[in-house]
Amino acid sequence: MHLRIKQYSPLPGFGLTLGYTLTYLGLIVILPLSALFMKSTSMTLDQFWQTIVDPRVMASYRLTFGTSLIGALINLFFGFIVAWSLVRYRFPGRKILDALIDLPFALPTAVSGIALTTIYAKNGWIGGLLEPLGIKVAFTPLGITLAMTFIGLPFVVRTLQPALEELDGETEEAAASLGAGRWQTFWRVILPTVLPALLTGFALAFARALGEYGSVVFISGNMPMKTEITSLLIITKLEQYDIAGATVISIVMLLVSFLILLSINGLQWWVSRGQRKSV
Amino acid sequence: MSIHVKNVSKTFGSYMALKNVSLEIKDGELITLLGPSGSGKTTLLRIIAGMEIPDDCEGSGIFFHGEDVSHRQVGARKVGFVFQHYALFKHLSVIENIAFGLRVRPKATRPSKKEILSKASELLQLIQLEGFGNRYPAQLSGGQRQRVALARALAIEPRVLLLDEPFGALDAKVRQGLRNWLRRLHGELKMTTILVTHDQEEALEVADRVVVMNQAAIEQVGTPAEVFHNPASEFVMDFLGNVNVFRGRVEEGHAVWGNGTVKVPGLQTSSNGLANVYVRPHELDLLRHANGSASLAARVKRINPAGSYAKVVLTAKDGSDLQVDLPFEQFLELDLQCGEDVFVMPRRVRVFSSDYEI
Amino acid sequence: MAIGQSALSNHGRVQQATHDPLWLRLLMISTTVSFIVIFLVLPLTIIFMEAFRDGLGAYLKSFQDPAGWHAIKLTLIATGISLPLNLVFGVAAAWAIAKFEFKGKSLLITLIDLPFAVSPIISGLIYVLLFGMQGWFGAWLSEHDLQVIFAVPGIVLATIFVTFPFVARELIPLMQEQGTDEELAAISLGASGWQTFVRVTIPNIKWGLLYGVILCNARAMGEFGAVSIVSGHIRGKTNTLPLHIEILYNEYNVVAAFAMASILAMLGLITLVLKSVFEWKVQQQLRETLEPTTAEAN
Repeated sequence: MHLRIKQYSPLPGFGLTLGYTLTYLGLIVILPLSALFMKSTSMTLDQFWQTIVDPRVMASYRLTFGTSLIGALINLFFGFIVAWSLVRYRFPGRKILDALIDLPFALPTAVSGIALTTIYAKNGWIGGLLEPLGIKVAFTPLGITLAMTFIGLPFVVRTLQPALEELDGETEEAAASLGAGRWQTFWRVILPTVLPALLTGFALAFARALGEYGSVVFISGNMPMKTEITSLLIITKLEQYDIAGATVISIVMLLVSFLILLSINGLQWWVSRGQRKSV
Repeated sequence: MSIHVKNVSKTFGSYMALKNVSLEIKDGELITLLGPSGSGKTTLLRIIAGMEIPDDCEGSGIFFHGEDVSHRQVGARKVGFVFQHYALFKHLSVIENIAFGLRVRPKATRPSKKEILSKASELLQLIQLEGFGNRYPAQLSGGQRQRVALARALAIEPRVLLLDEPFGALDAKVRQGLRNWLRRLHGELKMTTILVTHDQEEALEVADRVVVMNQAAIEQVGTPAEVFHNPASEFVMDFLGNVNVFRGRVEEGHAVWGNGTVKVPGLQTSSNGLANVYVRPHELDLLRHANGSASLAARVKRINPAGSYAKVVLTAKDGSDLQVDLPFEQFLELDLQCGEDVFVMPRRVRVFSSDYEI
Repeated sequence: MAIGQSALSNHGRVQQATHDPLWLRLLMISTTVSFIVIFLVLPLTIIFMEAFRDGLGAYLKSFQDPAGWHAIKLTLIATGISLPLNLVFGVAAAWAIAKFEFKGKSLLITLIDLPFAVSPIISGLIYVLLFGMQGWFGAWLSEHDLQVIFAVPGIVLATIFVTFPFVARELIPLMQEQGTDEELAAISLGASGWQTFVRVTIPNIKWGLLYGVILCNARAMGEFGAVSIVSGHIRGKTNTLPLHIEILYNEYNVVAAFAMASILAMLGLITLVLKSVFEWKVQQQLRETLEPTTAEAN
């Protein structure tokens, strides 16, 4: 009865809880995901490749990837400013604004989608302002990018806030006492410390935006080759009963997301290798 | 209830926490398991409690009053365990914490609600916290919390009380107060108690017997006086109290000391070789002039007269430092100054070496 | 999370704020406020503006649509089933992970986080691959005249998949932070496993539990992408509320669409409020564990 894989504990319930957990995971997660991978292996490599390099598919990759990246970068920049202000400054309404950050999480994606579209449409509040300037937002890549920004906003801010809160004032005071100006202190002391959190938030926002559907599909216009995001393309293929095609495209998206997360984790590890506290 | 620990070993992965440890504890004793971190004392306590299970070895076992409990669950062993960080139930009031063990008894053996409350109130009185019953742990001081933890353990009428560094997280003065209180309590209840601590002052003050442990094994078991004045090993001598150590030599059963030799009690006259010579600071005398017996020449380096005895630090000819504790009156008589040359004479030395034991 | 440090860094923080020049502070704050207003407040506001565009009468009329009510009902069913199941899962997983030491723990935690890394489209696709016409169980299901995809069970499954991590993710770090001492104490006092869980563990995790539940709830009610794939969009039959909103919007039935959306938006706001409250409570509880005593000695 001495399982090597588990340390003895007088607390009961391990078998029961772990068993339930593994069963649940197996049925809900592992089984369906293996179906995904099995399906993809049912094609020949050639068919696989043909599906991926189809111009319409490639166009959707470019669009989705590009807009997600830009959206994540916007969040990186503005997210930092927002997190900094919320953590470091006191101003009226701060607590409310802080709570609002989670809105993209709390609001159903379809609701966000139609709201965003309405705002940026030709006669919308912002779209209407930009129309005379010749700037179209809704149904263009610009609109898609804004939607991607919306959906990724909480990731950067919420990952950055704890990191900023953990900064004690002492290291900054030390830098100041050594003669560093404010910008230098920021660039050399503060930024490197919160860089891992920043990168994590960026990666999460990016990965989330890549796979996003609801908030983006309404504002995107969905013209093949022009404004069709990959998520929609997958659904279209499914509606045409091209399940294999849909699967292939999905797997590529899945792999890309994992790659992004992995590389950012790696980058993060590399950046923080000196800073990591000893266990 | 007597406890017999027989040939118990415990490994965690590749780390050996206990190496074939055996111990007999008499009914009603208060013993302390004393040792540095990593000595295995907490592991031993937890094994007795049933929180860990010992390695499966031939002939190993844990016996409560003769009964083998090695395979019994902790809840069935009827031990009262007091954690280092109290582990009080934050969301329950003090009185409910104490009553917990009684409330969770199976229906068959559970006392009535009235009885439970009255028992808990009794214990509340015992720990001198009447009136605190409705307070919550967050509102109590560390010392108060520990007393509640003790009362909670006592409520289930355990056969043995096990305390895991119970006073470790408290201030020195509070620790002292609780130590005295525990000693008094033990006198009243006469329950077998095992206390784990790394604080030697605590162990020596509180215990009937002390178990000194080091590196997964027991170095010595004895009364406080025994382990302090008659240490069985180098480790025990070094661990308890202050001690001066000299890398010295032994010739024909006598330790070389300064310009002569000193008889070492219990050492064979045939013993020769290198040895570690141990002397306690209060077992050394200082004289201005050598008087014929073996004495070590040394220069006074530093004097700390603030205390019931004066601590004099001297440097010997070979550069090593030693400390001599002099009763204050003696110190005044000598009227020592820094930089003076004096002679140090031992009243008693101990010798430990890997070649032979004492 | 720097809970114990907040008091300390608060002091440092206040001093730091005075180090930043006023113009910088104003710039940062105004940028922050503008950014949040444009990206967050505006969309929120427009939902209600559009819903009430034609007045209260039109707003209320939107709710007379039977298809709409069916959509609400379906949403509630899907949520009502997935929520308790995921709750039990979350508690079980957190107990196993937080209270015991075993190999493979990090793999398990990664698996639990999986739905967060997977796009909602893929979350729906995988169930189509299992239970769709060409899926693994497709033949078996049609033989027995059962339907999962394009029917309620499929919707429930997709909802379960995208929401099951919420409770677990909240409870695992919470229970890990709280340690096992109190449970061990209860066991040593003779309590059974179940008694320990109910009397000791649950009171300690209740705020974290509630936090996880409302997040789970918000996501379950609002899930769009995954459900979109498995539902088949059959009006009046397999449309959840978000899907129904999509249909209304695509039909240019703007007021009705936003009227329905306003319900979910209100739910979203309530979620935000409750979330803040519960989060604060959790931090408060954790602080109690870590803080040294403030009362007098002995």
